Amino acid sequence: MPGKPKLHYFNGRGRMESIRWLLAAAGVEFEESFLETKDDLTKLQKDGSLMFQQVPMVEIDGMKMVQTRAILGYIAAKYNLYGKDLKERALIDMYVEAIIDLNELLMTHAFQPADKKEQHLATIVDKATNRYFPVYEKVLKDHGQDFLVGNRFSRADVQLLETLLMAEECKPDILAKFPLLQSFKARISNIPTIKKFLQPGSQRKAPLQEKDVPKLMKIFH
Amino acid sequence: MAGKPKLYYFDGRGKMESIRWLLAAAGVEFEEEFLETREQYEKLLKDGSLMFQQVPMVEIDGMKMVQTRAILSYIAAKYNLYGKDLKERALIDMYVGGTDDLMGFIMIFPFLSAEDKEKQCALIVQKATSRYFPAYEKVLKDHGQNFLVGNNFSWADVHLLEAILMVEEKKSDVLSGFPHLQAFKARMSSIPTIKKFLEPGSQRKPVPDDKYVETVRRVLRMYYDMKAN
Repeated sequence: MPGKPKLHYFNGRGRMESIRWLLAAAGVEFEESFLETKDDLTKLQKDGSLMFQQVPMVEIDGMKMVQTRAILGYIAAKYNLYGKDLKERALIDMYVEAIIDLNELLMTHAFQPADKKEQHLATIVDKATNRYFPVYEKVLKDHGQDFLVGNRFSRADVQLLETLLMAEECKPDILAKFPLLQSFKARISNIPTIKKFLQPGSQRKAPLQEKDVPKLMKIFH
Repeated sequence: MAGKPKLYYFDGRGKMESIRWLLAAAGVEFEEEFLETREQYEKLLKDGSLMFQQVPMVEIDGMKMVQTRAILSYIAAKYNLYGKDLKERALIDMYVGGTDDLMGFIMIFPFLSAEDKEKQCALIVQKATSRYFPAYEKVLKDHGQNFLVGNNFSWADVHLLEAILMVEEKKSDVLSGFPHLQAFKARMSSIPTIKKFLEPGSQRKPVPDDKYVETVRRVLRMYYDMKAN
């Protein structure tokens, strides 16, 4: 009997956050089971629930899916957020893969040792403002449409918004030179499902605090 | 006018090798332009050919595609190596995710310091034999079919074969506890397009050597050592 998708992860953003965003944007209700201790992870590993012994894991449509990209790809296709044909899919994939690269940088920021943090932040800001954001600004400028691909809402828009907001958490004025990204951000944030997800009380997770890092290290190491 | 796909990368494996494998397995002829100098790379940058200033880049069907996963997915879908429906696609993506992670450990290997190389080699073998190979061995054992997904040749099979051969280059008997993977390896290697790719003179690239590392460092001005996992 198909129930709601069920997400297995720790109670924080990490690699599961993009999945939460996409489900929420698609208007799909989901449940969550949070790993609090190493035993919680071990139990999942022992009962064969994790194909490569790793989370994220999402129970959906009778499958125990692992691998973030696989999960995102399945959700996007299922809920028609993956373009209308092979070429739109290719564009979406290109945009999304780069966003994932930038997210990796943003995600690892909390884990940097104190003496490396400032330099890491400088790297994030440099890559975001010189490599990634100019591309999306140009895409929007060139076609003048509301969405990144095919004049239609897709996973690329959701994932870009997520990243823009995370980048702003690192440096509030990081979008200063990108007027179209600013209006994109406002526009996509206003989509009802996303607006709801951005409100307090939603399943969106808070940024990782330094005090939470030791607990995380205990679960995963 | 549709020509052959054209691959822009260094003359070596790196992130482009999985793309060469997939095109070859699909029986698609392709051309290659090898980056040897910084000037070539800067020209590509100036032309706006590299969306995020990075290679791999593949010219295919009028697009200048970047991002390895995007390129691989496009090729897989175009040549019917991506399953027959959403669920098969999900399985293929999961399996490819695993082999991608495994090959990721191997890909950074040439760029590690001598000291880290030894540690990394042990890590590669440990991850392969305790995390990844058991998963694929079980898949094959459970359904008893010749291919990983849907009883049909797919991207997942090509990717797994590539990963197996790469790990064997680090430890030649690494498949000794995995009879189904051994049979899988033999079976996949005999598929005509793959057999051809495995023969000398094909566009398959050899194990990365110092010259390759030097070229990458020079072209990308990437002079730091990578960190071991």
